[in-house]
Amino acid sequence: MLEIKNLHATAGDAEILKGIDLSIGAGEVHAIMGPNGSGKSTLAGVLAGRPAFAVTEGSIRYKGEDLLELEPEKRALAGIFLAFQYPVEIPGVTNNYFLKASLNAIRTARGEEEVDAMDFLTLVKEKMKIVEMPQDLMGRSINEGFSGGEKKRNEILQMLLLEPSFMVLDETDSGLDIDALRVVANGVNHLRGPERSMLVITHYQRLLDYIVPDVVHVLSEGRIVRSGGKELAHELEEKGYGWIEGASAP
Amino acid sequence: MSQVLEQGRDRFLALAARVPGGGALDALRAEGVAAFTAQGLPGTRLEEWRYTNVAPLAAIEWSDAAEHLSVARSALEAVASPVFACGLEVFVDGVHHAELDGTQRADQVQELADAATAPAALATLADAKRHPFVALNGALTRDGAAVSLDGDDQRAVHLVFAEASADVASHPRVVIETAPGARGTVIVDHVSLGLARHYSNAVIEVRVAENASLDVVVLQRTNDASFHTGHLAARVERNGRLRTHTLSLGGCFVRNDLEVTLAGEGAECVMNGLYLGTGDQLIDNHTWVDHAVPHGRSEELYKGVLGGRSKGVFRGRVMVRPDAQKTDARQSNPNLLLADGAEIDTKPQLEIYADDVKCSHGSTIGRLDPESLFYLRSRGIGVEAARLLLTRGFAAEVLNALPEPALAETLGAVFADRLERSGGVA
Repeated sequence: MLEIKNLHATAGDAEILKGIDLSIGAGEVHAIMGPNGSGKSTLAGVLAGRPAFAVTEGSIRYKGEDLLELEPEKRALAGIFLAFQYPVEIPGVTNNYFLKASLNAIRTARGEEEVDAMDFLTLVKEKMKIVEMPQDLMGRSINEGFSGGEKKRNEILQMLLLEPSFMVLDETDSGLDIDALRVVANGVNHLRGPERSMLVITHYQRLLDYIVPDVVHVLSEGRIVRSGGKELAHELEEKGYGWIEGASAP
Repeated sequence: MSQVLEQGRDRFLALAARVPGGGALDALRAEGVAAFTAQGLPGTRLEEWRYTNVAPLAAIEWSDAAEHLSVARSALEAVASPVFACGLEVFVDGVHHAELDGTQRADQVQELADAATAPAALATLADAKRHPFVALNGALTRDGAAVSLDGDDQRAVHLVFAEASADVASHPRVVIETAPGARGTVIVDHVSLGLARHYSNAVIEVRVAENASLDVVVLQRTNDASFHTGHLAARVERNGRLRTHTLSLGGCFVRNDLEVTLAGEGAECVMNGLYLGTGDQLIDNHTWVDHAVPHGRSEELYKGVLGGRSKGVFRGRVMVRPDAQKTDARQSNPNLLLADGAEIDTKPQLEIYADDVKCSHGSTIGRLDPESLFYLRSRGIGVEAARLLLTRGFAAEVLNALPEPALAETLGAVFADRLERSGGVA
């Protein structure tokens, strides 16, 4: 599904990603763990096409296509979804209007018919139940005045509506209490299937108790320094990132 | 005064000599001619006109309405939508067209040209001696409307000033009076029938009586070639409440003056404004709130969106006089610049002579937030649609405050359409 080769990326003058190789097959869930500043969010941003980052070397192929050639909106239409670490507040645009516009853009790209207001309402109500989100959040401006937990639920709600095939979760667990974490993870797990893949980025092992990965990678200073099964996450939790950084030092 | 301004003044005065006399407006016209002769057209050396050069307006040879045009009702409804049929009064090229009116409410709206006597408030609030365009309006006005609200009728009075003929200047006058405790909404709607260049110079005088509550919506959505100057002067008595909504969504040259005096204790005014500049447009808003007595409250929010090579001007004066203790005055002027060639000159100006008051003001100038843009795009929304959505979102606060939900919807569409057509979001 996704093939990353020798990916180098910069933010301003600084090189953040220094040669990432990563291959994620259909239906697989991969986790990326790593200390602050290791390049986790940069990787997420590069995948979604965040303009602040520049790819200087390497390639990303998604379903055989050159992902780096695509504008952010084209990536979304092709089935890529980034759950933001810091979802943006947009005053004056209702959540309802936004989600409907987004869903219809994606349905059109998939060759499906647009949904009308009534069908959209039915659909969104059903998905909101999964993430236990209060109805009134649909009539409010996007993320404006939402609590941290509500913002993250809103991200997962969008994911449930858009049904992407490749999902990147950028520290979706940050700022969530254990109950909210469970709800959010439940939403994510709803989408697991043989045709969908995920990259779950997290600082802590905790999230991976709920979204159980097939493969865990450890990112350090812009490179993947270790990969393993889900037990690697537990090992990291016990020994701390110092263990990896120490091991990878020349 | 420069030659072009002098020439403009003389041409306007020549037109004034041709306005047919007789009726309730004679005194207003005589006063207007005298005041306009004395002042002429304002030059940029005057502080009030520093950023707005009226030379382009003065250079055009304007005429008065030539004939009574035949206008189809459907043509009017297409440009003045949504039409509030009850209390609808239509003026074309400054002259009343009774055949286009809606079902009038008795005694609530009266054409000034037909009035036996001038309404009591006429020329008591808008000062012709201080404002050249108020003087010009007085000198050249042919008609307008007197609105008196005495009950609790929630239906809006809709005054449409449509301009149709090329190079016609019209000078409509509106007087709105409320009885104590009355409630109502008056919409003053400036529109174009067609694409011909025209000029409208409106004066609106508003008296809000004790405990009355009034919304005045001033819409300016004329064609891209049109000129507009508008002056609204209001006085709010004890515990009265005035909300003004000034929306500039058209034209090439627009200047709005708004003057509100909070004359009675506990009086309140909310001033909302929205302006959208496209192409080479100039939009200037000058506002002035006079807190004359204690316990007044004023809240002002003017939002500007400027694209292309358009230029915006905002000057918001708030005066708190020595007696006006416990005043609560807030002012905000956020601006969104959509293009490198666009410009805004914004100047909040607080003059506070009382010590126990709460006053705040702020102007901001910004661009579309790149992170918000990326967020929308990452959800499959194209870059142009995303920019449009964000810009409309910026304007929503003012649109949503309009007294009639149907207005917010229609004007939101007018706003988006104008923005899209101008390529302002591309």
